[in-house]
Amino acid sequence: MIHINNLRFHYPNGKSILNDMSLELSSGSIYGLFGRNGEGKSTLMKLMAGLLFPKAGDCFVLEEDVSKRSANVLQDIFIIPEDFELSALKIATYEKVNSAFYPKFSRELFYELINEFKLLPTENIANLSFGQKKKVFIAFGIAANTKLLLMDEPTNGLDIPSKSQFRKILASTINEEKCIIISTHQVRDLHSLIDHVVILDQTKVLFNQSLAKVSKYLWFGKTSQDIEDTLIYSDVTFGGKAIHHRKDKNETEVDLELLFNAALSETEKINNALKNSYREAII
Amino acid sequence: MDFDNAKPIYLQIVELFYENILLRQWQEAERIPSVREIAVMVEVNPNTAMRAFTYLQEQDVIHNKRGIGYFVSENGYDKVLDIKRKEFKEEMLPDVFKKMKLLDVTFEEVKASFNDYLKKTTHEKE
Repeated sequence: MIHINNLRFHYPNGKSILNDMSLELSSGSIYGLFGRNGEGKSTLMKLMAGLLFPKAGDCFVLEEDVSKRSANVLQDIFIIPEDFELSALKIATYEKVNSAFYPKFSRELFYELINEFKLLPTENIANLSFGQKKKVFIAFGIAANTKLLLMDEPTNGLDIPSKSQFRKILASTINEEKCIIISTHQVRDLHSLIDHVVILDQTKVLFNQSLAKVSKYLWFGKTSQDIEDTLIYSDVTFGGKAIHHRKDKNETEVDLELLFNAALSETEKINNALKNSYREAII
Repeated sequence: MDFDNAKPIYLQIVELFYENILLRQWQEAERIPSVREIAVMVEVNPNTAMRAFTYLQEQDVIHNKRGIGYFVSENGYDKVLDIKRKEFKEEMLPDVFKKMKLLDVTFEEVKASFNDYLKKTTHEKE
C-alpha cells in the first residue's frame, strides 16, 4: 500500500523532521502512529497524502509516486488533519460539492453517519462547534471509501459517546483492501482498534511491529522479583508495570502506553526481543 | 465492553460468548452474529474478533457453515460447561483454598455460607 524510501523532509529554514526514513505499510490494518510532540507524525501524514513534497527520497502510495499528485491516486486517499477549516456551507451542499472527487463515495453511508452523530444535513457548517465540524469531516472521510485513510488526532474534540461511535464506525469500515493510519496521543480511545504500531523518534522510525507479534513475545504486567531475569523494561513507580520476555507465560494484552515508553527508553532491548535470532537464543 | 488490561481482548470476547451460551441467550445450532458484527458491538479491530472466533472453533464451541455464518455447535452448551468447570476447579479454587488457609477459614464455614446462599437464591426465585 505505502512504500517510503529514504525520505527526507524539513520545513523552510527548519531542522530536519524526517531524515533517511523508510517505511512499508500494507492494507488490512489499522496503524497507530505514535511519537513525542514535534517528531513528524503530522508531517509524515501530509507527505503520504501528497500535501507536502519530500526533499529527498520518495513516497509511493498504491504503486504511484504520491508527490506527482495524479487524480488516480488522490481519489483513493483521504486525510483528516488535526486542524482544519471547512467551507461555510450546509452539510448537504458540502457533500455534493466534495463527493465528486471520490468515485467510491457512499452518500447513503455519509447521511447515516451524519444522523448517528446527531447532525442535520440542513445545518450550516459555519454554525457548528469544533467537535461537530470534526464529526462532519470524519463522516465524509469514512464515506469516501478510499483505500488509504489518514487521521490526525481524530478523537480530539469528540464527546464521550461519540468516541464509542467512532470506534464502532472504524470497526465496520476496515477491510482487507483498506489501510487506516491514525496518529494519536489518546491511546486509550483507540487501543482496541489499532493492530499495528509505528513509533517515530528523532527523524526515524524507531519501532514498527504488529500487536499480534508484540503480544506473542512480550508479557505486560506488574513487576515481581522472581522473574527479574526476563525483565526488559519497568516503570519507575513503585510496584509499577513492566514488560518481560513472555517465554511460556500466558498471553497478556499489550499496554500501549508502556510499550511506547519502553520503545523510547529501551529501544534496542525491545526491538531485539522481537527479533528472531535473539529470541531463539534466549528460550 | 470494558476491557480488563491483563487479559488479551480476544479472550475477553471468548468469555462473552461463553456467557451467552451458558445463559442460553445463544441456543445450540443457532446462528450467532458475524465477525464484523461482534467487532462493531465490542468496538475492536475485526482481526481481534476473528481470533476469538478461531479460538472458539478450535474448542468446538462454534462452527462455520461456509457462506452462511457461524453457529453454536450441537453440543455447545456442554462443551462450554466442561471448559468453565475445568477452569473453576483448576484456576479459581486454588486461589480460594490459598485464601482459606491464609485466613484460617474452615471448610465447614464455607459450607454454611454456601447453604445460606442457596437458600437465599431459591427464596428469591419464589
